[in-house]
Amino acid sequence: MSTQVDASPAAESRSSWLSGPAGRTVGLVVALVLLAVVGVITGGERFASLDNVMTILRLASVTGVLAIGMTFVITAGGIDLSVGSVLGLATVWASTLATQTMAEDLHWTVMVLTGLAVGTAAGLINGLIIAYGKVVAFIATLAMMIAARGLAEMISGRQTQVVQVDGFLDFVRADFIGVPVLVWMFVVVAVAGWFLFNRTTFGRRTVAVGGNAEASRLAGIKVQRHLLYVYGLSGLTAGIAGVMMLGRTTAGTSTNGLYYELEVIAAVVVGGTLLIGGRGTIVGTVIGVLIFAMLTNVFTINNLSISAQNVAKGVIIVVAVLIQQRFAARSTST
Amino acid sequence: MSARTELARSSRRRRTVALAAVATTAVLLAAGCTSNEPPEDEGSAAPQVAAEGNDEPGEKVVIGFSAPAADHGWMGAITQSAVDTADQYSDVELRQAEATNDVNVQISQVEQFINDGVDAIVLLPFDGAALTEVATKAMDAGIPVINVDREFSSPFAARATVLGDNYGMGVSAGTYICEQLGDTPDAVVAEVAGIDSLPLTQDRSKGFKDALSDCGLDVDARVAADFTVQGGETATSNLLQAEPKIDAIWNHDDDQGVGVLAAIENAGRDEFFMVGGAGSLDVMEHIKADDSVLQATVIYPSTQAADGIKLARLVVHDKNMGDLVSAGVPRTTQLYAPVVTADNVDQYMSIGFRS
Repeated sequence: MSTQVDASPAAESRSSWLSGPAGRTVGLVVALVLLAVVGVITGGERFASLDNVMTILRLASVTGVLAIGMTFVITAGGIDLSVGSVLGLATVWASTLATQTMAEDLHWTVMVLTGLAVGTAAGLINGLIIAYGKVVAFIATLAMMIAARGLAEMISGRQTQVVQVDGFLDFVRADFIGVPVLVWMFVVVAVAGWFLFNRTTFGRRTVAVGGNAEASRLAGIKVQRHLLYVYGLSGLTAGIAGVMMLGRTTAGTSTNGLYYELEVIAAVVVGGTLLIGGRGTIVGTVIGVLIFAMLTNVFTINNLSISAQNVAKGVIIVVAVLIQQRFAARSTST
Repeated sequence: MSARTELARSSRRRRTVALAAVATTAVLLAAGCTSNEPPEDEGSAAPQVAAEGNDEPGEKVVIGFSAPAADHGWMGAITQSAVDTADQYSDVELRQAEATNDVNVQISQVEQFINDGVDAIVLLPFDGAALTEVATKAMDAGIPVINVDREFSSPFAARATVLGDNYGMGVSAGTYICEQLGDTPDAVVAEVAGIDSLPLTQDRSKGFKDALSDCGLDVDARVAADFTVQGGETATSNLLQAEPKIDAIWNHDDDQGVGVLAAIENAGRDEFFMVGGAGSLDVMEHIKADDSVLQATVIYPSTQAADGIKLARLVVHDKNMGDLVSAGVPRTTQLYAPVVTADNVDQYMSIGFRS
């Protein structure tokens, strides 16, 4: 990445600043601020209130957690299409009569652990098939996406399972310093993800594997095992997001999380993570998620249609990727 | 637009117009014209305005409305008729959160309504149970919620509920087929159901079976589609292949009915008659023109959300519903599932929806 062959040192430093993480993040923040300005102009106090900020954050938190896991997968050069379905499966499995009975008898965290275990297991299966079965990630996770949705339908009998466990409901309904628990969970996952990505060898290896798997292998990284962990991590975040969804809706159904994979991939890519791998940013991902959540909010406040909103989202994705390609071309000149 | 609703309400009105006139006069004489009652009267037992008096403009009512995506004709008509009805009232401002099948987004729409402090919320949830929590939050914030079609899982989540009658649909369809085939006890009756695992499909099928058994008939062949044109076509082709001679078919849903009719026409069959379900305009036109096997359809009102808008307005104005003597808008309103035939199709054309 940093092997510039630019002529003058001045040009080099300018382009590296623009293409560096700071430059990209500044661009995203500007986009977010612009969107907020549009919200304030069109929505006034309806937009610029603390209640509305919380509404945006609650909307963003479920997809936000998924996006953190997805950032690792995409940075490692992969893709995970199964996150939405795995989320749905986790909500179903964590709210079956058996799980809820067990949670009543033992402790409400049984439901949480069930959700996390289901997500992680699905992620590890993805990882095994991709890393050791040498199946392309797109196909392996596509298969998981279809199968997990089907399994969720089988377990729930396509019915909606209402959560009755009081301990769980009390937990997810609670506020902490005026901020809902769901939003705190997003914050915790984002901070942990940032730390893992930027401050540990796990994060560095993820970047290395995504940038050049063969070179990583020669450098002594166990690429297959690392990929297994990365997909397991994505499954874990899908499980966490499932528990959060269960808290938000107090109901497990097989339709939970439909099409979330696409929303999440879009947010990650808009955030500045390269779809071909080798470069990723947790901060960018968080801002990407916030941009989409705020967009939905601004459109709702102005009574605009979801269809128009989807057109706007499409435009944003294309523009973001076009800008990214500029940066990518500049930073890998020659 | 007003002509549309006029027709929609005409049947109800005809029956009750005499009583309404008497009641209106009596109440107006007794209580005076009270369309602008102050809120402290809330909970008072006296009926304030009856029947036609309810349409008189009162205090402004801001209603938040949210429904699932219009991915089939019936759901499209739900939103359209709600918007049309709101437009008829000068005192109603409709905040329409556009249709979504993502419960996460629908919850945030309701949160938005709560933040905005709307006067009432009319909600057709994508999933009743999933929206119960946030609807309860709205009720706790003092905003009456009118639940439409898909029921919440808690009675505390809604001030009033408007429901269709799925069991009644089956009964209406079965009774009609009994009337047509009652004297031929060995008649072959077939059923094309919707998504089998849904409670609404099970209710419809149970009503159908119960009504048929009343006249000694039973369901000889049954297939389930998935409410889509494609699914209706596939299921029906298989059904026709399996049953060489059929006397009557009930198809649960007119949206999938487009595919059902296509399969029947492809197979070149016409020895039976068919009864539809839901009441699309397309099907009503077939019934009127008598150009297909379609003889009747059973209404599952697509005007439910429009009813919800009207009820929300009445709840906020603290008025009574139509000709009821008891105070307050009822908790649950279950709508009737009438049979539409060539004889009465004109009466129902106005509430038919486009597939």
